[in-house]
Amino acid sequence: MTGAFLEVRDLHVDFPTDDGTVHAVAGASFSVSPGSTMAIVGESGSGKSVTAQAIMGLLNPRAAQVSGHVFLNGTDLLECEPDDVRRMRGSVMSMIFQDPLSSLHPFYRIGDQLVEAVRVHQNVSKSQARDMAIDGLRRVGIPAPERRVDDYPHQLSGGMRQRVMIAMALINGPDLLIADEPTTALDVTVQAQIIDLMMELQEQTGTTMVVITHDLGVVAEMAKDVCVMYGGRIVEHGSTDDIYYRTSMPYTQGLLSSVPRLDEVRSERLDPIPGNPPSLIRLPSGCVFHPRCRERSRVEDDLCRTLEPELLEVSPGHTARCHLVDGTGGAP
Amino acid sequence: MGAYVLRRVLIMLLLLLLLSFAVFVLFSLLPADVARLTCGKICTDQTIELNRIRLGLDKSVFEQYWLFLSAIFVGRTYGVGEGAVVCEAPCLGWSFTKSEPVLELILDRLPTTIFLALGAFVLFLIGGVLLGIYSALRRGGWQDKAITGVALVGYSLPSFFFGLVVIYFVIIRWQILPFPRYEHPWDDPVQFVQTMILPWLVLAILYAAFYTRLTRSQMLETLGDDYIRTARAKGLPERTVIGKHALRAGLTPIVTAAGLDLAGLLGGAIILEAIFSLPGLGSLAISSVTNPDQSILVGVTLITATFVIIANLVVDILYAYIDPRVRAS
Amino acid sequence: MTDIVRVTDLRVHFPVKSRGVFPRTIGQVKAVDGVSLHIGAGETLGLVGESGCGKSTTGRAILRLLPITSGRVEIEGTDITDLSRRQMRPRRREAQMIFQDPYNALNPRQTVGSIIAAPFRIQKVDPPGGVRAAVRDLMDRVGLNPEHVNRYPNEFSGGQRQRIGIARAIALQPRLIVCDEPVSALDVSIQAQILNLLSTLQEEFQLSYLFIAHDLAVVRHIAQRVAVMYLGSIVEVASREDIYSHPLHPYTYALMSAIPVPDPHLQAERQRIVLRGDPPSPVDPPTGCTFHTRCHIAQERCRTEIPVLRDMGGGHEVACHFPLTDLSATAT
Repeated sequence: MTGAFLEVRDLHVDFPTDDGTVHAVAGASFSVSPGSTMAIVGESGSGKSVTAQAIMGLLNPRAAQVSGHVFLNGTDLLECEPDDVRRMRGSVMSMIFQDPLSSLHPFYRIGDQLVEAVRVHQNVSKSQARDMAIDGLRRVGIPAPERRVDDYPHQLSGGMRQRVMIAMALINGPDLLIADEPTTALDVTVQAQIIDLMMELQEQTGTTMVVITHDLGVVAEMAKDVCVMYGGRIVEHGSTDDIYYRTSMPYTQGLLSSVPRLDEVRSERLDPIPGNPPSLIRLPSGCVFHPRCRERSRVEDDLCRTLEPELLEVSPGHTARCHLVDGTGGAP
Repeated sequence: MGAYVLRRVLIMLLLLLLLSFAVFVLFSLLPADVARLTCGKICTDQTIELNRIRLGLDKSVFEQYWLFLSAIFVGRTYGVGEGAVVCEAPCLGWSFTKSEPVLELILDRLPTTIFLALGAFVLFLIGGVLLGIYSALRRGGWQDKAITGVALVGYSLPSFFFGLVVIYFVIIRWQILPFPRYEHPWDDPVQFVQTMILPWLVLAILYAAFYTRLTRSQMLETLGDDYIRTARAKGLPERTVIGKHALRAGLTPIVTAAGLDLAGLLGGAIILEAIFSLPGLGSLAISSVTNPDQSILVGVTLITATFVIIANLVVDILYAYIDPRVRAS
Repeated sequence: MTDIVRVTDLRVHFPVKSRGVFPRTIGQVKAVDGVSLHIGAGETLGLVGESGCGKSTTGRAILRLLPITSGRVEIEGTDITDLSRRQMRPRRREAQMIFQDPYNALNPRQTVGSIIAAPFRIQKVDPPGGVRAAVRDLMDRVGLNPEHVNRYPNEFSGGQRQRIGIARAIALQPRLIVCDEPVSALDVSIQAQILNLLSTLQEEFQLSYLFIAHDLAVVRHIAQRVAVMYLGSIVEVASREDIYSHPLHPYTYALMSAIPVPDPHLQAERQRIVLRGDPPSPVDPPTGCTFHTRCHIAQERCRTEIPVLRDMGGGHEVACHFPLTDLSATAT
């Protein structure tokens, strides 16, 4: 695929359960160009984290059924042997998670966890790996890394732990970094530090990033392109400007207007999306968002309830899954 | 860490002291007349009275306890003159039915019990943990169901029944092994193994069932933890993820249970020792009940309790070794 | 004197034990160290700060859910600081609490009806029309379907569970509700619904809220006055208009600037102060002004002299030797 470093095409992830099949991701497609940052935004149950884990090959094959294509630099990861994907994890592609305390093993020194990450992919001695670990810690702004390397995770603060996770993810110089809610568990002042650090490191290394978050503020700060997910589908996709200033999907609109904002004087009342997110086992018919949609009355023949809209082009590079988009560039 | 261990050892010594006192008082409250019990078949009131004085039973419980306690450090002489019996330090009491110091009796029986306990311990721990891991990895599959099913049966089998069934089939019906006759391994290694193999296996199967279930549930819990996902995201091979990251995290309750089980076994597997006629602490305890000898019972109880207390200490120190967060607090 | 709550110089300290053969108390975690605040009838006071600043401890101490070290707590003019458990019991009707995690705050083995009816049972209150009718009315008011009275908490989504917690809290028509991060575990679209519900209930019942949150943007939409906490003390308190339009404490300013705004262009232009490091430990707080270690305008005096809260006019109080003027705030 020319131009794209990561391309996800028609990704489906199903989890069969006793109550029925959970359709966590239903036909997600997007691509990320090398060195850029894509954000996947959505609420819990939208399928954003499952998409990330499917790319990384982290879903338990005994629990999840994955189909579609995930091209990384031209190779389809879903066609590869599990052990080949395993070898790419942590070296070509890395991931960091929401809660750095529970994501680090509580019983091992952070240095040992970093050394392990190096030595599983690189043929270096223990002391070389340790030097690399100290170097990695220094790069993510941990003071006195020579001493910190022997600390256990519980001896570090939340922000320091997330720095350790970042150091561990970047230690083998991956081309792709997936960050799943990297700042959600952190205080805002620390969140600002971690965002700055990630953007700085990306500038130095040119790593392609996929940031998964529910926080539209974080997206505005970090991403160039955005996928909005709802009910396992991508419902709007475009550049950050498209999504924030030329919003074309009522769900995105609702999301933006229900965020409490610090910057503008608004009425005390927020304007929330009514209702609750859909069950992924029994999805609504037609457009998955229609039971909560306020623009529904503008579409004729009750089309929203009966027919699922395609992702239609609003403008070049900007698509939305809504019957109000006529596919010729007009916004609702 | 050093201070922690020291504190725990001090507490342990205090606990032992309290415990020995409790055991001593408890046995002295029993309605049995020890002086009469120790005097044998042909017995006059005079000898009973003499025994009473020899054993110090005419004194108060506290004085008796003091005599018992001091005997551990300085030894003790029972009675005066001709019939006096000298029990040298460390003296844990004197058995008048067997005319031997209690400690010697115990030390004589201890190796058998230790061999029985350690052998079974190694077998059931390795077997149980491995089966538990396997079962957790095949969760929901037929292997998992078979293992959990068998474990449930093993868990609920009474040991005397299982032991007797095994003896009946293996020794009497099929005659695979000779009748058990215990010899120390340094005297007759072949006979030792032939005698021990069945009680080892019986104990191992009974205990392994529990460890299979415990390990399985521990593994299932830790395998869902975030750091396991991190380990996989690092690209670690599955055997490192499970054998190193998941197992160590789930180890703590297994260590606790194993420590206490080992201590319990060291106190004598009473039923199995009786069934397989092994001369261990368990059979010593039984014989001192059927042929009443209170000093032996006090001694065995104390030794068993000491094992449990030491096991607790060792388990707690192991905790701190396994989990660095314990070291901090 | 229309204050529902009046807290004077509240201190909550926890002992720190030494290690060693014989542990003894070697210090105090000064979780709350001299907090004074008041909340009027029908008013919401937002209490904001990062994790570990003592905001939740303050809320719990006001409800006497934690032992108070010193200071005074008055609710509706009655000093409740030294009341015994028995004396406290009837008082609990007046002050209730809503928790952050709607999953753990509800007993999973009780039906929703039984959970909401619990306050009536415990306080032996017989509402007019009976408990059943009262429960159905409460469910209706918080936006739950009264038909679902016999369902269990696990059958509800996070937002609905928070509504159950709110119904339970308002059952006995308290005067005060301590809301401890009531929306931070919820999705954005649900957050807005719950915030609006809290506002509606406030108008209806003349409720006073102590609204504890880490998110200044959320607080902006619900609180009339805002207090900012740092390391166990209030560093700034003012009306919403004052504090958001011209914060006087450098910490408040940094906290606000750290929150990314969901508007890419605006976010790119915003002046930001990224605080370095983490908040210091409350076991061993810095001398003088506790914020001086992270403050970008700290001077010698800040290291030695503890600033006290002083009124800068119009009830805008700040504990800072060098409060920001509008000029210095924008210039940095």
